[in-house]
Amino acid sequence: MAEIVLENVVKRYPDGALAVDNFNLTIRDGEFIILVGPSGCGKSTTLNMVAGLEDITDGRLLIDGQVVNDKAPKDRDIAMVFQSYALYPHMTVGENMGFPLKLAGVDKATIDKKVKEAAEMLELTQHLDRRPANLSGGQRQRVAMGRAIVRSPKAFLMDEPLSNLDAKLRVQMRTQVSRIQKALGTTTIYVTHDQTEAMTLGDRVVVMRGGLIQQVGSPQELYDHPVNLFVAGFIGSPSMNFLPGKIKGDTVTSPLGEAKLPERALKAIQAAGGGGDVILGIRPEHFEDASIVKDKPGGTFSTAIDLVESMGSDVFAYFTLRAEEAHSKDLEDLAADTGYDLHGDGISVTSRLDAASRVREGQELTLWYDTSKMQVFDAKSGQNLVAKPTDEDSPEEPPSPAMSGQRDEGEA
Amino acid sequence: MRQETAQRKWTWAGINAVVLIYAFIPVIWIISLSLKDAGTLNDGKFLPTSPTGDSYSQIFSNDDFLRSLVNSIGICLISTFVALVFGTMAAYAIARLDFPGKRTIVAVSLLISMFPQIALVTPLFKIETTLGLFDTWLGLIIPYVTFALPLAIYTLSAFFREIPWELEKAAKMDGATPYQAFRQVITPLAMPGVFTTAILVFIACWNDFLFAISLTSTNASRTVPAAMSYFTGATTFEKPTGPIAAAAVVITIPIVIFVLLFQRRIVAGLTSGAVKG
Repeated sequence: MAEIVLENVVKRYPDGALAVDNFNLTIRDGEFIILVGPSGCGKSTTLNMVAGLEDITDGRLLIDGQVVNDKAPKDRDIAMVFQSYALYPHMTVGENMGFPLKLAGVDKATIDKKVKEAAEMLELTQHLDRRPANLSGGQRQRVAMGRAIVRSPKAFLMDEPLSNLDAKLRVQMRTQVSRIQKALGTTTIYVTHDQTEAMTLGDRVVVMRGGLIQQVGSPQELYDHPVNLFVAGFIGSPSMNFLPGKIKGDTVTSPLGEAKLPERALKAIQAAGGGGDVILGIRPEHFEDASIVKDKPGGTFSTAIDLVESMGSDVFAYFTLRAEEAHSKDLEDLAADTGYDLHGDGISVTSRLDAASRVREGQELTLWYDTSKMQVFDAKSGQNLVAKPTDEDSPEEPPSPAMSGQRDEGEA
Repeated sequence: MRQETAQRKWTWAGINAVVLIYAFIPVIWIISLSLKDAGTLNDGKFLPTSPTGDSYSQIFSNDDFLRSLVNSIGICLISTFVALVFGTMAAYAIARLDFPGKRTIVAVSLLISMFPQIALVTPLFKIETTLGLFDTWLGLIIPYVTFALPLAIYTLSAFFREIPWELEKAAKMDGATPYQAFRQVITPLAMPGVFTTAILVFIACWNDFLFAISLTSTNASRTVPAAMSYFTGATTFEKPTGPIAAAAVVITIPIVIFVLLFQRRIVAGLTSGAVKG
């Protein structure tokens, strides 16, 4: 159990590609921190640098107060769980889990005891004598975790450990990972590209893109106060809707019509010297069927509903606004990263309505949206004008699209 | 998927039988020749009418033949061992590392093994006589290793490439030094490759006739294929077919045993279950 500090860590490959730039993070003892971002954002490279599998070009890495830049992986007292498990196929499960202890010269009795304890925790006791080839994916992943647990290391590093599991197993294993981490209280750094895992597992989440930290904060903070367009669009599923808008005085004009800006938002925008062209972000759940809403401050508009999906607990209503889509480099990158790059005629909007809504496809419906929950982003820089990061590790100046454009190559 | 009708089964059984017969007829013929006595040698019958172990006792009382067996076993084992040691190291470097000149080295080593050996016989003869290596074990081991090494490197690097890189990373994280990682994780997984290469190299050295004949002159280092060509019959005009056939059977047996012993070690899919995907 230890505190891990990354100070201005930079990773530059010999061919000049910048994989990670100016990475600053303080991970408290016992914290479960998640690095999340699209492919190629530098999260695995950062993890490998903490592990010692990659050299740190610049900056310092401290584990428990000691600078460990030049220490070999085995001297850092950290354990890693790989995406592809990396189990030794010629050894049994018990031997796999005991291997690190055997290398450390621990006596056989202690090895047996520790392996048994870990196996009990992971429900692997009846599989101890089997080979990895005879185990299922979930069991193999548990063996990989067991191998990390027996060492009682200072920190766990996990590189997308659940990516190779099927959806149902992933949900199961997710809760197990969380339980184990809480039981052991070990500092954990977890890398994933799945924002659901990030939201459900982490104490704090670090959103990365193009080698730069976008925002650090608790899952709820990232969800409620995203600091720029990228974080807003990355976190949350279904993702936030983006609409182009213009601010004049205290009203904002958008394809949804005109709406009065709430007091707090107005103050923040004026303080930021903002106005003019903006991009509005509204989450699906901040829409509601106007007939259900009773007198809450917000805006209303009418539109024809294209598609209705009834989930039982909610109703998803999809509609298209006849207007130009919001354009921004951030949004284009988001679309490319998440794969949502279908461009139809107009703006497709997703809304989540209460199940009591009796909306039907093709119906013209009046919708209400919550202006107090609306996010307002500067159209040029992508910065959120109404939210500022509160976590000490979040960058002071959230990176602009130009900076984040330095793409790294050759890294997962 | 067409159904396994009885007719298809029989057709394939028939084809298999034809292929097996085609392969085994020469072998059975040699064995039968080795068991025939001098009188019935040319009677044209496929199987011996009165089998006798005369040919075998003849060759085993021949000191030259026994000495050549010793030479063959020694030279081939040493060549295989040397080729494996250097081949393993070279193959590991080629499979894992990226260094300048890597492609050139691989290409050149393949070229060497494809070079026509007959063209090298005269130059090698001259070199070895000058160096005093002619008619010695070392004089055969060096050319054998030269021709076996590319084969060994090629086979072994293919096997090393199959071993997931992440196993070494995992071993590193688990606290292994590079040597420990190599010995306890990589080597057990590379064993099938090592044994396959060992068999291939051993057979190549064992069967070589060209160098054995050209680079030896006495039974100090003459190997079995060459020694067989020096068998004499009852008169200078009679070919000792019986003893030659017996010798052929005798020198095939070690190879057969070697392969049967090691074929169980060549288990494909040894690395299954190590990594996903």
